Amino acid sequence: MNSPSNVAYQVMWNRLISIVEEQAQALVRTAFSTSVREAGDLSAGVYDARGRMLAQAVTGTPGHVNAMADSVAHFIRRIGRETMAQGDVYLTNDPWEGTGHLHDITMVTPSFHNGTLVGFFACTAHVVDIGGRGFGADANSVYEEGLYLPIMRFADKGEVDQTLLRIVRGNVREPDQLVGDLYALATCNEIGHRRLIEMINEFNLPDLTGIAEFIFDNSRRATLERIAALPRTTASGEMTVDGFAAPITMRVALTIEENRILTDFTGTSGLDPKGINCPLVYAKAYACYALKCAIAPEIPNNAASLEPFEVYAPENTIVNALHPAPVALRHIVGHFVPDTVYDALDKILPDVVPAEGAGCLCNFQISLRPLDTAPQGAKRAEVLTFNSGGAGARPQVDGLNATAFPSGVMTMPVEATEHAGPVIIWRKELRPGSGGVGRQRGGLGQYMEVGAREGYEFDISAMLDRVDHPARGRRGGGNGAPTTIARDDGTPMQGKGRQSVPPGTRVRMAFPGGAGYGLPAERDKAAIMRDLAKGYISERSALDDYSVSAEDIEKVKDAIRAGEDI
Amino acid sequence: MTKQEARLGVDIGGTFTDVVLEVDGESFSTKVLTTYAAPENAIIDGMHQVCTKAGLTPPAITQIIHGTTLATNALIERRGAKTALITTEGFRDVIEMRTESRFEQYDLNLQLPEPLLPRQMRYTVPGRIDATGGELVPLTAADIEPVVEAIAVAGYTSVAIGLLHSYLNPAHECLVRDVLAKRLPDVMISLSHEVSPQMREYERFNTVVANAYIKPLMKSYLGRLEGRLREEGVGCSIFLMHSGGGIISIESAADFPVRLVESGPAGGAVFAAHIAARYGLDKVLSFDMGGTTAKICLIQNQTPKTSRVFEVARSYRFKKGSGMPISIPVIDMVEIGAGGGSLAHVDAMRQIRVGPESAGSEPGPACYGRGGARPAVTDADLVLGKLDGDNFAGGSIKLDVKAANDAMLATLGTPLGLDATTAAFGLAEVVDENMANAARVHAVENGEDLSEYTMIAFGGAAPLHAARLCEKLGINRLLVPPGAGVGSAIGFLRAPFSFEATRSVYMTLAGFDGPAVTTLLAELKSEATAFVRTCAPDAEIIAEYKVYMRYKGQGWEIPVTLTAQQAQNPDPAAFEALFEADYTRLFGRAVAGMDIEITVWSVNATTPPQPVARVQQDSGSSIAEINSTCSVFDAALGSTVEAKNYHRNKIVSGATISGPATITEDETTIIVPASRVAVRQPDGCIDITTRETDE
Repeated sequence: MNSPSNVAYQVMWNRLISIVEEQAQALVRTAFSTSVREAGDLSAGVYDARGRMLAQAVTGTPGHVNAMADSVAHFIRRIGRETMAQGDVYLTNDPWEGTGHLHDITMVTPSFHNGTLVGFFACTAHVVDIGGRGFGADANSVYEEGLYLPIMRFADKGEVDQTLLRIVRGNVREPDQLVGDLYALATCNEIGHRRLIEMINEFNLPDLTGIAEFIFDNSRRATLERIAALPRTTASGEMTVDGFAAPITMRVALTIEENRILTDFTGTSGLDPKGINCPLVYAKAYACYALKCAIAPEIPNNAASLEPFEVYAPENTIVNALHPAPVALRHIVGHFVPDTVYDALDKILPDVVPAEGAGCLCNFQISLRPLDTAPQGAKRAEVLTFNSGGAGARPQVDGLNATAFPSGVMTMPVEATEHAGPVIIWRKELRPGSGGVGRQRGGLGQYMEVGAREGYEFDISAMLDRVDHPARGRRGGGNGAPTTIARDDGTPMQGKGRQSVPPGTRVRMAFPGGAGYGLPAERDKAAIMRDLAKGYISERSALDDYSVSAEDIEKVKDAIRAGEDI
Repeated sequence: MTKQEARLGVDIGGTFTDVVLEVDGESFSTKVLTTYAAPENAIIDGMHQVCTKAGLTPPAITQIIHGTTLATNALIERRGAKTALITTEGFRDVIEMRTESRFEQYDLNLQLPEPLLPRQMRYTVPGRIDATGGELVPLTAADIEPVVEAIAVAGYTSVAIGLLHSYLNPAHECLVRDVLAKRLPDVMISLSHEVSPQMREYERFNTVVANAYIKPLMKSYLGRLEGRLREEGVGCSIFLMHSGGGIISIESAADFPVRLVESGPAGGAVFAAHIAARYGLDKVLSFDMGGTTAKICLIQNQTPKTSRVFEVARSYRFKKGSGMPISIPVIDMVEIGAGGGSLAHVDAMRQIRVGPESAGSEPGPACYGRGGARPAVTDADLVLGKLDGDNFAGGSIKLDVKAANDAMLATLGTPLGLDATTAAFGLAEVVDENMANAARVHAVENGEDLSEYTMIAFGGAAPLHAARLCEKLGINRLLVPPGAGVGSAIGFLRAPFSFEATRSVYMTLAGFDGPAVTTLLAELKSEATAFVRTCAPDAEIIAEYKVYMRYKGQGWEIPVTLTAQQAQNPDPAAFEALFEADYTRLFGRAVAGMDIEITVWSVNATTPPQPVARVQQDSGSSIAEINSTCSVFDAALGSTVEAKNYHRNKIVSGATISGPATITEDETTIIVPASRVAVRQPDGCIDITTRETDE
C-alpha cells in the first residue's frame, strides 16, 4: 500500500488539531463545574499507541501542557496495556501523575480500531470541589486536600464503576456536580475517539505510526531551528513573591545549548508548610510555555516540540514538591514561573519579553452556609471564581488590562457565578491607577467586592499574591499596584487562606496591576491623554508622572463632558 | 385571473445595491452603486430599472424583501452614532474586560480589540436584581437623573441600557428607559432584555451596545426607504431578512437593527443552499465576496449551519475571540474585510496589507475615477486583465485603467520597487491568501476537510477570485450560478416566511407541569403563526417545536425537537427519552440519576420550503464559441497569459471552455485559470473543475 503523501499528512495533522479542539469543546458543553464550562480550565489531547502526545487543544491552561504530555505514560504503566479493552475509561487526580493537584481530574480512554489499540485520548478538568478542607491553601499535607483517586478504571468495557461513584458521592460537597463532570470527561474522550476512527477510515490508515512520525519530525526540526538561532549562553533570573508562611524567592538559570534549553531552578526556596507547593510537572509546563511564547510561538505542542525544553529543580524546592506536600494551590507558584524565566531571558534576548505582571490568577472560593434566617430548603454551596490582574507592559505595547497571563482561563460571567450559589458579586471593574507607569503602561488590575445573599454566612478562601511584592517595572518602568484585601468594615484580611466573614459583611479586593516598561518621560502624549480620558490614570499621575500641563488636563475634561472621544 | 406575483429582492452591500425582480418565475436583476448618504436612492433607481426590464410599474410589486450590510459595515468601520451605555454600578467595564483571557495564547504582543464605547461613555446607576430576579437594591428615578443629565449635556443620540440579570427581571432597565425618555424624548434607547434576553452579561451588554450604536442610522434609513417607496406608488408589504435566514417586519427591524447585522450574507447562504439542493451536493462552501467583505459559510446537507452567538469584526487573523460577540440567532459564517473595494497599503515591515478599510462606493476604487487615490482589490483585478474596463457592470461604469495603474504605483509600486502589474499581483495574492486562511480556519473549527467540498461562488467580486481560492484550498469543483452578482438578493426570495417565537422558562422534569407546557407551546405557536400569517395569509404553515434541555447544573443546552403530538400532550417521560437519545447521539452516553431541565422553549412557524428541481448535469457536449482573446495574469503560473474571452449569455448548455479564459457577464467576470476547465450546465451554472492531468 502506498503511504499517504505529505499533503495528506498535513491535512491529517490539521485534522488531529481540530479533533482535540472539538474534544475540548464537548467538555465545555457537557461539564457542570463553572470552572470548566464558563472559564475553560481544562485540556484535551490525542496520543499515539506508545502514549506520546500528538496534539493538544489550545485551552486556558498552559499548566497542563507537559503534565498532560506525561500523564498517559503513567496510565499505561499502572493499568497495563495488555488489560486494556474497548469501552474502558481510566481516571486519576494524582497530583504527581496527573496535573498537579487533587482538583484536576484526568481521564484517559484507549482508542481501539478493529480490535487494535491505536492511540489514546486524555482530558483534564478542574472541578470545584473534591472534599477535604475545600479548595484553598490551608492544608498541611495532601491528605487533607481531598479525596485521592489513584489511576484506576472509571468504566470497564463500557460499565461505569458504581462503587467508585458511591465513594466519590460520599466524599465531596457537590456530588451531582462532580459525578456530572466525570461523565463529561468520559464523553469528551468518546467524541475524540469517534472522529479519530473516521479519519483512520477515510485515509485508510493501519495505525497512527506514519502520522505520528510526520508530526514529530516536523515539530522537532522546527523547534531545534529556533533554538539553534539563539545565542549559546547562560543567564540567571530571580523574583520574590509573598508565599504563605514566608516570602518565596524563585531562582532560575537558563542555559541555551545547540539542541536544548535547560531551565534550572537550583537556589529556589524550599517547601511552604501550606498548600501552595508545586509538583515539578506543573512548574515545567509554565517554564516551557514562557520559552515557547518568546522563541517558537506557532509550533504546536506535542511530544517532540516539548522535548528540547528541559527543566531541572532540586527535590523539595517549592517548584518540585514531593508527596505528601500540600499542593492544592500549586498554580500560584506555577504562574510566577514565566516572569522568573523572563528575568533571565531578557538578558539573552532584549526587547522581547514583557515587564512583570500580576502573575498568578486572582482566585477565591466562597463556602456558603445557611443561617437560621435562611429560606426553606437553603443549602450549602461552593462558589469558585477566576479573575485576573493586569499584565506587564511589552517593549512596544501597553500591558493588557485585567487579562490573565500566563494562565489563559476566562473569568466566569457574574450572572453565571450568581446562579452557582447564593453569592453576590457587588463589584467587578477595572482598577484605575494600578498599571505601572512607563513608556508603555502596565495593564490595570481590577476591583472586586463579594458578599452572601441574606440568610447566609460564608468563608472566603483567598488565593492572592503580590500583596507585599508588586510587579517590578523593566528598563525604567514603574511597579504595578499591589494587591489589597479587607472587609468592608475596614478589618484587614490575609492574601491567602480560609477566613470567615461575619453575616452582612462584604470582602473588598483590589487585584494587582502589571508593571510598566521604559521611562514614563518617553510615553507618547496622545496615549497619556487617552489614558486620562478613560480614567486609567488620575489627574495627579498625569501631572506628576507624565508632566501633562493643567491646560491639557482641562482639554480632556471638556472632551468627556461633550461626549467626545479623544 | 389571480393577481400576478411580482416579488422584489433588494440587497444593499458596501459597494453595490443588488435588485432582483421575479415575476411568475422569470427573473430580472440589476446592480447599482450603493448611495451611502441615502441608500434608499439606489433601491428606487434599481427598482425602476428592473420594473422597466419586466415591463411593469412599481405599484404592481406584490412584496419586497430587503437585506443590508449597512449595519455590519457600521460596526466594522466604527461609524455608529454617538452612543452611551448605562449599566449597573460596579460593572462599568464589562464590555472592555471581555472574558479576561487572550484569544491567542502564544503571542506576547497580543492586543485586544477596543470596546465599541470607550470608558468615558459608560455610565452607571445603583440598584441591583439578583439571580432569581428579585430586587436586592432598589433603583429610583432620583438615582438615574444625574446620569441622564450628563447624557443630555454631552448630546448622545443613542443610549444602550444593560443591567445585571435583566433577562430575568427587566423592571430596572424599564425604569431607566422611562426616566431617560421623559428627559430626552428624541434619544433612541435599546434595552438588553429586549435585544438579547439571555444570561451572560458580556455577550448581552455587547449586543445591546451594538444595537444602540447602529440604531439611529438604521431607523432613519428604514423610515426614509418606506416613505420613498410609498411615494413611488409601492403599496405592498416590506420585509427585512434577518441574520437567522428568516424575515421580520420593517418595524421590528428598526427597533432591533442588530438582527440585520448578517442579513445580506444570510440571504447568500440561503441562495447557496438552494443551488446545493439543485445539484444534490451535501458538502458546500459558499463564498460570497462583495465590495467590502467576503463571507464564507459551510452548508451541509443543503442546510446552512446556524448558531446562537456570533462574532462580528474579528480583528486578529480571523481568530475566534478576536471580535465582538453578538448573541442573536444567526447563520454561522466567517466574515472578513476583503472585498473589491478593500484598500491596500504597505506596512512597517514593507509587507503589502489589504483591508479591512474599504473605498466603498464613494469614492470607490481608483479606477472608478471618482477621486479614489489608493489602490483597491478591483484596481488590481483591472490591472491584471481580469476585468474588462469597457464592459464593467454592463458598460454602465467605465473603468479607468490608467488611474488604477497610477494608484498601484503610488501606494505599492514605488515604495517597494515594483511595476504596476507585479504590485497588482502582490495585492491580489495577499487578499486571496487572507480569504483562503479564513476558510481553512473556519473548516478546522468545524472539523471539516475542504478538499471534499464544492465551492459555490457569488457576489460581485467572487467569480474573479473564486478559482484562485480553490487552487489554494485544494477544492476541485466550483459552481458559479447565474445571477452570481446578485446572489443574496435572490436568496431573499428563496427564504421561507418564518418566525421563531421563544421564551425563557426554567422547568425541571421533576417539577414538570404538563398543562402549563401545553399552554406555553400553544401560545408560542399562535404568536409565531400569526406573524407568518401577516406575510403569507393563504399559505400552509408548519410549526416546528424545539426545547433547549440540559442536565440541571450544566451551562449549555442541546436543542430537542418535539412533534406536534408531543407538544400538545406533553409527557415528561417522552421529553426525558428524547433528550437522552439526542444527548447520547451527540456525546456518547447519558448521565445517570441527574435531574433534567428545560430552559428555552421555541416554536418556529414557517411556510414549506420551495420545491427544488434537480439539474440534469452535463459533462460537456460541445465547445463554446469564443468572443475574443485577451491578456490575463494567471496567479498559479505567476505570469500574464493569452486567454480566450467568452460572453456568458452566448454559451450554450453543455458547452466547454478550457482555461485560461475569462467569461464576462453584466455583473461580473468569471476567471477560469490555466489549471481548470468549465462546462455550462442546463440551469446556467458555470461548472469549473480541475483539469485532469495527462498521465
